Amino acid sequence: MTQLLLFNVFNGLIIGAFYALMALGLSLILNLSGVINFAHGGFLAIGGYLAYTLIPYLGFWGALLVSPFLVAGIGTLVERVLIRRLYGRDPLYSLLLTFGLAFMIEDGTRFIWGAQSLPYQIPSWLAAPLSNRYFFLTGYRVFMVVLVTIAVLGLFLILNRTRLGLRIRAGTLDLETVSVLGVNVRILRNLNFGLGIYLAGLAGVLAVGMLGLQPTVGDNLIMPSFIAIIVGGLGSLPGTLLGGLLIGVASGVTSVFFPSASEAVIYVMMAAILIVRPRGLLGEEGRF
Amino acid sequence: MRPLDKRAADALVWALLLTAPFWLTHVGGYVELGSRVIIYALAAMALNFLLGFTGALSFGHAAYFGLGAYGTALTIKYLYPSTPVGMLVGIIAATIAAAIIGPMIVRLRGVYFAMCTIAFGQVFYFIAFQWSSVTGGDDGVSAWHRMPLQLGFASIEIFKDNKAFYYFALAVFAVCAAVMAMLLRSPFGHTLLAIRENERRARFLGIPVDRHIWLSWVISCLFVSVAGALYALLNDFVDPRALRWDQSGNFVIMAVLGGMRSFWGPLIGAAIFIVLQDYVSSETQNWMSFIGLFFVLVVLFFPRGVLGIIRRKAAP
Repeated sequence: MTQLLLFNVFNGLIIGAFYALMALGLSLILNLSGVINFAHGGFLAIGGYLAYTLIPYLGFWGALLVSPFLVAGIGTLVERVLIRRLYGRDPLYSLLLTFGLAFMIEDGTRFIWGAQSLPYQIPSWLAAPLSNRYFFLTGYRVFMVVLVTIAVLGLFLILNRTRLGLRIRAGTLDLETVSVLGVNVRILRNLNFGLGIYLAGLAGVLAVGMLGLQPTVGDNLIMPSFIAIIVGGLGSLPGTLLGGLLIGVASGVTSVFFPSASEAVIYVMMAAILIVRPRGLLGEEGRF
Repeated sequence: MRPLDKRAADALVWALLLTAPFWLTHVGGYVELGSRVIIYALAAMALNFLLGFTGALSFGHAAYFGLGAYGTALTIKYLYPSTPVGMLVGIIAATIAAAIIGPMIVRLRGVYFAMCTIAFGQVFYFIAFQWSSVTGGDDGVSAWHRMPLQLGFASIEIFKDNKAFYYFALAVFAVCAAVMAMLLRSPFGHTLLAIRENERRARFLGIPVDRHIWLSWVISCLFVSVAGALYALLNDFVDPRALRWDQSGNFVIMAVLGGMRSFWGPLIGAAIFIVLQDYVSSETQNWMSFIGLFFVLVVLFFPRGVLGIIRRKAAP
């Protein structure tokens, strides 16, 4: 029993880490630019597929390193060509645009790589369990947790210790003032979008090792990411991280006792949060 | 628009809708296509009640569309084989769901409102998908069909006769459109417009803003569930795709494409969208890309919609 519980808590933590990684990227873009990026799941899928294509040339590690940067590049391009035109307009339009993008990306990946799911090879020493007693502790899972932790720490380092991060944080509070102070807001938003998409790409490369490759791989992750943001509180990145881990663990624990409710529990959590504390756990009052 | 123009436009819309089964086949369409346009138009107009006339951005209306559809299908299949009873159950179920979810989201605004409606919409998708003993899961609810209408003195065969079903759908559409138009003309409707234009001022005037948005939300969901019920009847089938998030996006793009600020806009948007979707999906496998591209193009080049452009040109 304890082993089953531990297994599911750990599993939930990993899933939660994915939600958090996705949601942090979404949150970055939402906070600075007011855009809900519905195509985030699509970028995640691109990350996975690009890594799949790159593995024969660069190997597992090379693909892991390069693919998220390529996805981030595509993201900044999309921001420059399409999304930039919609800043300052009703959020309805950017939402519709990213909706359309999500369709195009899903169909595009299906067109290029095929609709059937593809196997994603991870090194065999990573796939092996680390201990006989706790069979679920495979190297890959532990490795994912470590990597997500590094990525999140890196993100908060960038935000809190670099000039770019300072500007992003300031822009989140008052973009106009930041612009008046002489910061090029267009470039700032572009870089910020790229940063958010980088996280989606990274989540994609990691996720496909566990979930397999199919065009809809991002679909199952984007809704929980929204809920992670809502639970954690709009406008707060630590809140988003907390929200992601919380709903991941909650759905993991629920799957021990009521397997069929493991998906439902995160929606119940969202409803509870919205009733008791509409701004989310760590959200600031009056921002949204 | 001058009042006379408006009346002429109304007359033109109704004349086209009433004669559609007769001219549709001559221009390469078919009667079911007309029914589908009417049903989606009703859904988009219902959404626009909230989106265009109250100013609240809902991206989760597919859930209530789907609830209406599932309620109708399940009732006719398992409980009571009657078309009106099935519709009624579906509509009531969806309206109750909307009324319960409403208070949790009406306090939110803008992107936050949109995000929560999306997330809540997905709840019903999961229920339909996972509760397969009742909903049939991914396979949907099949092996049932719409029943002839029993009026006591006569029975109308809407199952085998496509034209009869079209006129049934049109009649339901007409009633819903009339009620929505009446509501929008009433003091309540004008209050909604006031909230859309300047919420803070409306609040200072003593208008209970949240309660009005809640009411508008419930009304909007009610009519969208009527469209959902008709949708189930049209196909004699319903599956979870009826309430997936992409369906919500379709409703919004129809409203935007036709013109969010006008009553008939969503009808025009729905007609364009449905015909285009029908054509593209019969021509190519990659219709999703085209629909996606269509979304992008509409947002970039027609944000005001067809009627918005016409109106702008007409204004001196």
